[in-house]
Amino acid sequence: MIEKADQVFVLLSHWLVSFLPSALQPAAAVLLSVVAIIVTFPALFAISVLLERKGLGRMQNRYGPNRVGPFGIFQPVADGVKALIKEDIVPFRADAVVHFLAPVFLVVVVFMGYAVLPMGRNMTLVNMDAGLLFFFAIGASTELSVFMAGWSSRNKYSLLGAMRAVAQMISYEVPLLMSSVAVVMITGSLSLGKIVDAQNRYTYGLPHWYVFTPWGFAGFVLFAIAAMAETNRSPFDLPEGESELVAGYFTEYSGFKFALFFLGEYVGMMGISGLAATLFLGGWSAPFSWLGWVPSWFWFFAKVMLAMCIFIWVRGTLPRLRQDQLMNFAWKFVLPLTFLNLMVAGLWRFMGEGWLRWLVCSAILLLAYTLMGRNGMRSDHIGPRSYRYAD
Amino acid sequence: MSIVFYVIAGLSVAGALAAVLLKNTVHCALALTLAFAGLALLFLELDAQFAGFAQILVYIGAVAILVVFAILLTRGSETPHETVYSRNPLVGLVTAAAIFAVLGWAVLHSSQALPGPAGTPTAEPQVTVMDIGNALMGRYVLPLEIVALLLTAALIGAVIVAMHEKEAAR
Repeated sequence: MIEKADQVFVLLSHWLVSFLPSALQPAAAVLLSVVAIIVTFPALFAISVLLERKGLGRMQNRYGPNRVGPFGIFQPVADGVKALIKEDIVPFRADAVVHFLAPVFLVVVVFMGYAVLPMGRNMTLVNMDAGLLFFFAIGASTELSVFMAGWSSRNKYSLLGAMRAVAQMISYEVPLLMSSVAVVMITGSLSLGKIVDAQNRYTYGLPHWYVFTPWGFAGFVLFAIAAMAETNRSPFDLPEGESELVAGYFTEYSGFKFALFFLGEYVGMMGISGLAATLFLGGWSAPFSWLGWVPSWFWFFAKVMLAMCIFIWVRGTLPRLRQDQLMNFAWKFVLPLTFLNLMVAGLWRFMGEGWLRWLVCSAILLLAYTLMGRNGMRSDHIGPRSYRYAD
Repeated sequence: MSIVFYVIAGLSVAGALAAVLLKNTVHCALALTLAFAGLALLFLELDAQFAGFAQILVYIGAVAILVVFAILLTRGSETPHETVYSRNPLVGLVTAAAIFAVLGWAVLHSSQALPGPAGTPTAEPQVTVMDIGNALMGRYVLPLEIVALLLTAALIGAVIVAMHEKEAAR
């Protein structure tokens, strides 16, 4: 019974596919899984948009949208209808082909990333040996879509926003990859299914998730920072800075194309949350061994939605970073810490089991963080604050 | 030579042709990205997963972005007023034919270049990422270190060039 609840989607897919002749069955199974992904994640997108608007509203001491349904729960429907019926304005001198292709490219690329995420036991769409590499390769293509959007609009603000966005995304691409290389090193495989299997063990009921090890915790924090920067999410949202650049690289997009960009951004956030959950938080495995009766897909989606809530929380809390602060942070703080994390993960692997490796690895990481945080990020030309009053 | 190969090859050739024949430089850069994507699909069709994904990650994710940045930050994005065709096509034709002859000869005779008993058709090896990793750390560790040194030198050189420009601008 528990087994059936856990595998309910797999069994459903097999039952539906069995109605077709056996020559068409593999293709139909893949098509069914693709349709399931395309239906599920935009539904989660609608929920997370509502969560964001209400959550941000409460954090900013106001109600979010509360007119459309009870507590505003039909607001995403209203947003969708509005986006569909708005006029699609393309600037006269804009490059029409590239302008059209940019949101299409973004949405295609972010949906392709879901093909390798293990969403439950036996629930990966394509079980590739180099699955992690596929996800990062596909994620790197989103930068091209951002550039296409910014350049094709023939608008100085869009171009500026696009250049900032691409510079930011390239800078944080390296820490993103390197913090996950530590996980790959310890697991010994690039396949996401094997990474989840390596974390699916329990000692005294506590899980072997990588986030509970010193290098895993540091890696998770660095991955989260890089993920927020990759998806252009506050506090790294200067490219779409709503108070400076109108809307950055999607200024000239209206109606459904804007909705596609919005969808692409949130679906990308959920994809990278899913990857963070797989790499560091144990994928579809339950937090305690006595909770193993809850279906595995529930844990995966719970972790993804938890990560989305953390994204929204950070957006409501921290101020935006300026472009040069953002770049300094990437190259002078996050990147050296990522390399150090890689070495500490190696040290962890080669010291034997026991309390000593916990102590040594935690001490190295904390020391590096404190030293670099205090010294590296200090700016020498900030003196005591001076006030000038208008007389 | 399956239908998939012809489709991917057609895509790559079309992208490469568009990259040299289009007038707008940014369109050329995007067509070049399409050619890179076609090459990556060819690698994936041959089951070379690591090569395919590394091609996407490096070429589309980094090299194409670099080309695009170079076009953006210089005046290359303006549409040229004169034609893009060169004035003496004969030299270009001879050079392209020579390079094609060399590459074609190398590809057609590649079965003799692989290690193994000469003359016997070797079975296609299944190369996984672990094999590539073992080879890089074992047999090919010296080329790996030399390439790392070269990349570090290039990085430092780029930083020095940028730094000098900032000092000259002051």
